[in-house]
Formats: sequence, C-alpha cells, structure tokens
Amino acid sequence: MKVITANFVTCAVKECKTSPTSFPLHFHDAELEQQELNFQPEFIRNIIPRIDWEGLRVTANELGFPSLPESKPEGEALNNEQTLQDLHRLLMETQVMEGKLICGNCGHEYMIKEGIANFLLPSHLGKRNIINQQEVMLANAPSSLS
Amino acid sequence: MSRPEDVLPPDLFYNDNESRKYTTSSRIRNIQADMTNRALDLLDLKAPSLILDVGCGSGLSGEILSDLPSEEGGPHTWIGMDISPSMLDVALQRDVEGDLFLADIGQGVPFRPGTFDAAISISAIQWLCNAETSDVSPEGRLRRFFEGLYASLRRGGRAVCQFYPKNDTQRSMISGAAMKAGFGAGILEDDPGTKNSKLYLVLTVGGGGLQGDITGVVNGMDDVNVLDARKRAMELNNAKGPPQKGDRAWIMKKKDQMERKGKVVKSNSKYTGRKRRPAF
Repeated sequence: MKVITANFVTCAVKECKTSPTSFPLHFHDAELEQQELNFQPEFIRNIIPRIDWEGLRVTANELGFPSLPESKPEGEALNNEQTLQDLHRLLMETQVMEGKLICGNCGHEYMIKEGIANFLLPSHLGKRNIINQQEVMLANAPSSLS
Repeated sequence: MSRPEDVLPPDLFYNDNESRKYTTSSRIRNIQADMTNRALDLLDLKAPSLILDVGCGSGLSGEILSDLPSEEGGPHTWIGMDISPSMLDVALQRDVEGDLFLADIGQGVPFRPGTFDAAISISAIQWLCNAETSDVSPEGRLRRFFEGLYASLRRGGRAVCQFYPKNDTQRSMISGAAMKAGFGAGILEDDPGTKNSKLYLVLTVGGGGLQGDITGVVNGMDDVNVLDARKRAMELNNAKGPPQKGDRAWIMKKKDQMERKGKVVKSNSKYTGRKRRPAF
C-alpha cells in the first residue's frame, strides 16, 4: 500500500465515518519497500490540494520519516522540482508491504499482506465486541494471500 | 450461456483457476481493453488523475490506465478494489502499478470524501445484485456502494461502470440506485440488440464543467444517438391524468358503473357528455 493511499483511506465501519479519530488509520509493524516509479510532476501538483497534510505528517512519523515540513507546500513551492521529487518519493514510491492498519475509533485492525490491505468486514460488524471481530477477520482471511 | 453471477459468489467463483483463465484468455483481454478505452473516452480526463477501479480483478483495465500516453491525459494513478483474493494474487504476479485492496464494494467505499477524480468499473457491479446471506439485500448493497462512491468522488468527477445486467429489472435497479445516491445518470449502449451489446452506466457528480444534463457527456462523440426517456415519460404522465368530473371520460365511467349495478342507463350516442350551447 502506497503512502498516498493511506492518506485517503478511512475505516470501513459505518459508525466510524463520523468520528474524527478514524482518520488517518495508524500503521503498526509496518515493513516498507521502495519501488521506483516514473516521476510525474503534474500528478503531484494535481493531488496536493487533496492531501490531508496533518494526516500525512502522522503517517510519516509512524513510518519513520520525521522530516516533513510543518505546513503544506503551496503556491510557488509547487514549482520547486526538489520538493515535488521528495513528495513523489514519499507518496508514490514508499510502500507498506506487511503490517496492519488500526482505526483510532473502533480499534479494528486491517491486515496488509504483500501490499494488499484486507478491508473485508465481517457482516455482523459494529454489534459484537472488537476482540471477536478480529478473530472472525483472521478466520476469514484468504489463504492464497498468506 | 450460463452467467457466472448465477453460479457462485464472486470471491468463490474467481478461484485460482478461473482467475488465471480470465487473465490469460486473449479474447477476454481484448474485450476488456476495448471497454476500458471506451470508458476512458467517456471520462474525458485531461490530466494525470487519481482513479478508483471498482472490481479491478487482475488489473487488466488498470494496466491501460497506467500506460496511457501523456497526449491522452495519462498516465493515471489508480487504486483497485476487488473481492476475489485469487484475482488480486494474479494481479500481484503481473506486477501492476496500482494499489490493491481486498474489499467488498457492497460494504461501501472506504475513502475520504472527494478523494478521486474519476472511477471506472468494468464488468463488476452486476455482482451487487446477488446477496449471499440473508442479512443483506441487493438493494442495500447497491445503496451502500453508490453512496460510498458518490462521497469518494470529487465534485465534477465522473464514474463509468460497464456492467452486464441479467434483465431489465436489474438494469433499472442499478441505475435507480445510482440516481438515489445523487448521481446524474445515463446509460450508453454500444451495439444495441446484438450479442455483443455493452452497457455503460455513466455517472456524474454535480458541480463540474458539464453544461446541461447527462447527455452532455457524449457531446462531440460520433455515432451516438441520444434517447431521452424523460420526455416520453412526461408526455405519458400528462395523457394519463385522471378524468375531470363532468368531462366525457368521467361520464362514461359513471354510466358503466351504474350499468354494472343493474340500473337503467341511457344508451351512449355522439351527444353523450357534450356541452349544451348557450341558449339565447
């Protein structure tokens, strides 16, 4: 899962949609990988207004990149090739291969395996307690991905 | 030919074997590529965008999004959702560029509001018409999907969903659910009436540069006929209005009623229900 995706994904549980603590989801035990991708300055410029900078700072901190500026680069800074290169490296090329995402509101754990996050919810979700949900999730986890 | 939708739920139907067959068949690959390109035409994206691929499978359509030359507005970055682990496994082996999620679109679309520039879905959303357990219904799954999709698209964004409805009921159920979620919706049908007919549900989120209604999407496209069902429905509605008390249709109805009750009723003639002339 790319860091850019982590900046957009929220908890899939309906009750969490309204809670501010459900975003961003928190990485735990993340194993990172760098994957070379073509640098596209227009795409980065297009996506920056939609990035939640606070959320990105939290995520970057959890993954061990503490050197993010305080505020979102805007205006002139978007023409700086080096800034865009750095963002591209963090957002597009950094991927979480293994680990889990945890919702800050309901505590639901989304497993990430081989870069694919499992967002399947057990059908009864939101009614039972959370520990049971995790057990069901693990039982439901597809064998071919493990 | 039997429909895979009638056989098994999607996560079980597309097992390792079916997923491999689906991805390696050159016939399916060609059809998928054609449909993806058609959907891209309809989305009309001018710059590299963030796209949601609903039911991405093994990434056949995603590949096209990643490889789109810059003259045509690409290459796009995409995030794919699919419910079949085997399909995603094939996608991993093929080293697709998009980010993959194992998720059930009938449970909603777990992204922040306004995330995507556009969404694309090739041969997927008809699966929503199946409910595998008794605690979910097709209507509920469609509603959650379209509401989630509507929220996750940015204002002015578009979604194009190619789908294979089983019959007209499914077709109107799907487009109705999309409209209820707030989308402007239209259906584009390629090669209508033939075996190769393909349906594209074109959805718009308000606030974009689109002038007028949904038919503006196909402006400038060759060989597309616009059939506006709204006008016909309106005329039909007007013609069908209930008979006013005192007019001929109302009198005939009443006379019928009385006759059936066994009352003596004068026979009908060309003068029945006519207005009397004003007497001098």
